[in-house]
Amino acid sequence: MFYRENGQFKTSYRADLALFPVAQDRWAMLALAAVAFVAVPLLASDYSFRAIFIPFLILSLAAIGLNILVGYCGQISLGTGAFMAVGAYAAYNLQVRIDGMPLLLALIGGGLCAMVFGVLFGIPSLRIRGLYLAVATLAAQFFVDWFTNRVKWVTNDSSSGSVSVRALQMFGFEFSTPTQKYLLVLTLVVIFGLLARNLVRGAIGREWMAMRDMDVAAAVIGIRPVYAKLTAFAVSSFIVGVAGALWGFVHLGAWEPSAFGIDKSLQLLFMIIIGGLGSIAGSFFGAAFVVLLPLFLNYVPHWLGLAISTATASHLEHMIFGALIVFFLIVEPHGLARLWATGRQKLRLWPFPH
Amino acid sequence: MGFFLETVFGGLMAGMLYALVALGFVLIFKASGVFNFAQGAMVLFAALAMARFAEWFPRWLGFDSAVLANLLAFVAAALCMVVVAWLVERLALRRLVNQEGITLLMATLGIANVLDSAGQLLFGSATYKIDIGMPKDPMIVLDKVFDGGLLLSKEDMFAAVLAAALVTTLTLFFQKTATGRALRAVADDHQAAQSIGIPLARIWVIVWSIGGFVALVAGVIWGSKLGVQYSISLVALKAFPVVILGGLTSVPGAILGGLIIGVGEKVSEIYLGPYLGGGIENWFAYVLALAVLLVRPQGLFGDRIIDRV
Amino acid sequence: MNARAMDLPPQAAPQGDDAPPPARRIGESILEVKNISLAFGGVKALSDISFDVREHEVRAIIGPNGAGKSSMLNCINGVYTPQQGSITFRGQTFRHMNSRQVAEMGVARTFQNLALFKGMSVLDNIMSGRNLKMKSGLLAQALRWGPAEREELAHREFVERIIDFLEIQAWRKTPVGRLPYGLQKRVDLGRALAMEPQVLLLDEPMAGMNVEEKQDMCRFVLDVNDEFGTTIVLIEHDMGVVMDISDRVVVLDYGRKIGDGTPDEVRADPEVIRAYLGTTH
Repeated sequence: MFYRENGQFKTSYRADLALFPVAQDRWAMLALAAVAFVAVPLLASDYSFRAIFIPFLILSLAAIGLNILVGYCGQISLGTGAFMAVGAYAAYNLQVRIDGMPLLLALIGGGLCAMVFGVLFGIPSLRIRGLYLAVATLAAQFFVDWFTNRVKWVTNDSSSGSVSVRALQMFGFEFSTPTQKYLLVLTLVVIFGLLARNLVRGAIGREWMAMRDMDVAAAVIGIRPVYAKLTAFAVSSFIVGVAGALWGFVHLGAWEPSAFGIDKSLQLLFMIIIGGLGSIAGSFFGAAFVVLLPLFLNYVPHWLGLAISTATASHLEHMIFGALIVFFLIVEPHGLARLWATGRQKLRLWPFPH
Repeated sequence: MGFFLETVFGGLMAGMLYALVALGFVLIFKASGVFNFAQGAMVLFAALAMARFAEWFPRWLGFDSAVLANLLAFVAAALCMVVVAWLVERLALRRLVNQEGITLLMATLGIANVLDSAGQLLFGSATYKIDIGMPKDPMIVLDKVFDGGLLLSKEDMFAAVLAAALVTTLTLFFQKTATGRALRAVADDHQAAQSIGIPLARIWVIVWSIGGFVALVAGVIWGSKLGVQYSISLVALKAFPVVILGGLTSVPGAILGGLIIGVGEKVSEIYLGPYLGGGIENWFAYVLALAVLLVRPQGLFGDRIIDRV
Repeated sequence: MNARAMDLPPQAAPQGDDAPPPARRIGESILEVKNISLAFGGVKALSDISFDVREHEVRAIIGPNGAGKSSMLNCINGVYTPQQGSITFRGQTFRHMNSRQVAEMGVARTFQNLALFKGMSVLDNIMSGRNLKMKSGLLAQALRWGPAEREELAHREFVERIIDFLEIQAWRKTPVGRLPYGLQKRVDLGRALAMEPQVLLLDEPMAGMNVEEKQDMCRFVLDVNDEFGTTIVLIEHDMGVVMDISDRVVVLDYGRKIGDGTPDEVRADPEVIRAYLGTTH
């Protein structure tokens, strides 16, 4: 009753194409924005910024990037960690080797390098499909793992193999407190989220989805498979690269190559499957799930007053995480986004039964 | 030249072991259409079971003979894998019939998590020994032909022979028996197979048990060589390129792929490695598989996917 | 399988009698296939097929299942590459068709097994047919500024007209996978129409439909042919439909051409009757 589109008539196609055509959605988004930009900085603790909000936002961005490739264009990629690494190391090198490089340019530069890398490793997708492609993308993952470990130039000849970034500076302003870092990341994620949303709703988004659903028919109606696949890899890697740079610069501060290993790739893949393939909102849901669940599981034994060793707790946590993934896939294979959409459908009728 | 032959031989041995793990993948994929990311975790689980049972049985049952301990442990571990297969089918696979490939892949990743942790919870997370009496001393052959002869590892040869025997048995099983035929039907189309009365549940338990058995043999061999520890589950990561090189649905492909990758890795590490700073073993297999896929997108012997519009 | 046995309403004489004579409407040969042979491994799908299609006409391809009709269309569209033979479109001859090129030249297609994009809505499916004509770059689309937005709106308007024409307005936002078969067929047609084709290849557009739905579909096809002058190449099993609406017919059997001419000529051809139409006993 409260959430319905009755009475909301669109009198122009422009109105119908708006980002949030339903008025209630617009209100909800504004409220969310108010909470995110105003309430959270005022109320949240430093710890929650570092442990929850910042990783959640950065991983959401990476998940959006991966979702574009896997969810919208149907190309399975298991090498996302590698693209994040390229973004992070490229941004690092830009910052370290060029004096006075503003943060934003370093981040974008990282994204661009990741994009080139992504297109390069996307070329096999023109020949290889499905699970074969998935495993082939692992080549990118392991190659980058080795490259960042062995090639000293990448880490600026660091003896330990790890790199750390200086303060985050842009136009004279320094992002030092967790709140400032949070707002920086939030702004970037919102901007990229909107850009991504526009892309997937537009012509290129339709080309990607056409390639995913039926590539033979797509070719017949004039869609160029090469262009569609390579742009998917390009856009996806750009976003993932920026996310990787943010992960290294803002969240970690200092990192080693292992921070972007295959575990990260699998974690991101979990996020978009749990969150929902082919859904920008789903990327956020999935990231929240993967960030919050381990924290939650960490606290449960504490609340229940059980005394178990950290090793056992860690094993149990992994087990429950794995079991929940399987459970989730059984219950809703289309992810949290579908659950959310179903919920909204029901909300249209509530409190009436039908 | 002698050194080159040694390298090749070592590669063939390692390749045989990769092929063994890859075989587990191919079997499960052929019969249930699932790419089993949990194969590595299964190897770890099986190896842990074997190692610990071999330790515990003498203690519990009060005997001394190592041979008996190993034998009982092997049987017990095999039974464990059957139970695992049954649980996986009952709790997960049954409810995921006909889901998309990527969903099933993710489910096996979840199962991998569970198996990894459950194994370590049940059996402990230290490093354990498996000793099935494999000869550890090296063997020198052809010392008339080559100066000093070729140095070969008896243990590796033993393992390779074992692996080859298992691979042959399984190939015959798949190609020649009625159950094998049913398994191939199931891999093609779950629903169609069900509709002609193939008992999907039972087939899947059988297949995953076989996969578990293969994992057990692989786990015993690797564990005997390297000791049983968490990193054994990473062996599976090496098996992926073998599987896709050979073709996801081909048993001979898995064998050939394993040998190619085994030799390729060793040779490239020795001869290319110094130019690139070493450590290229980690990605060589993958890049090799990728290169082959570019020429043959379905692997050496995989089935071509033909779209009918 | 006798045309008289079909329970169609008392038909007006074939289009040609009432309307102005076809000779005025139908133009020169626009599409020609010459000596096309196609084989998959050992199976010969097409053997030395040659026929032509004249501009503005409705050309039917008929024949038993497995005769190679869909394969023929697939060759024209560039999905399959024939081992022998060539295809001439508007005077340009090709040994091998490139799908994108074919689409750009103005040939559109519907599919026997629908090949719709199941994950997208009806609107998006038909909009994907306009992608050929959309020129905005990636960045412009991401920012949705000026020209990109105007282009999207312009194409949306065009697609809405097609939706009106096909009478599927109520389902425009529904994911295509959820629609009943008959409506999906209309969406398939809509997507092909969105490409503003000069030649429309229809692969069994009326399969699985009841009499009313068939009449609707016939009406759409004929309207397209009338209003826009689109040349229609139609694969169809329903002989009543074929005899009614087509100007000329090609008959295939086991990959060979066994008949080519007007519906009346083909209907009387003894070899066609033996192979496909059947006789009353």
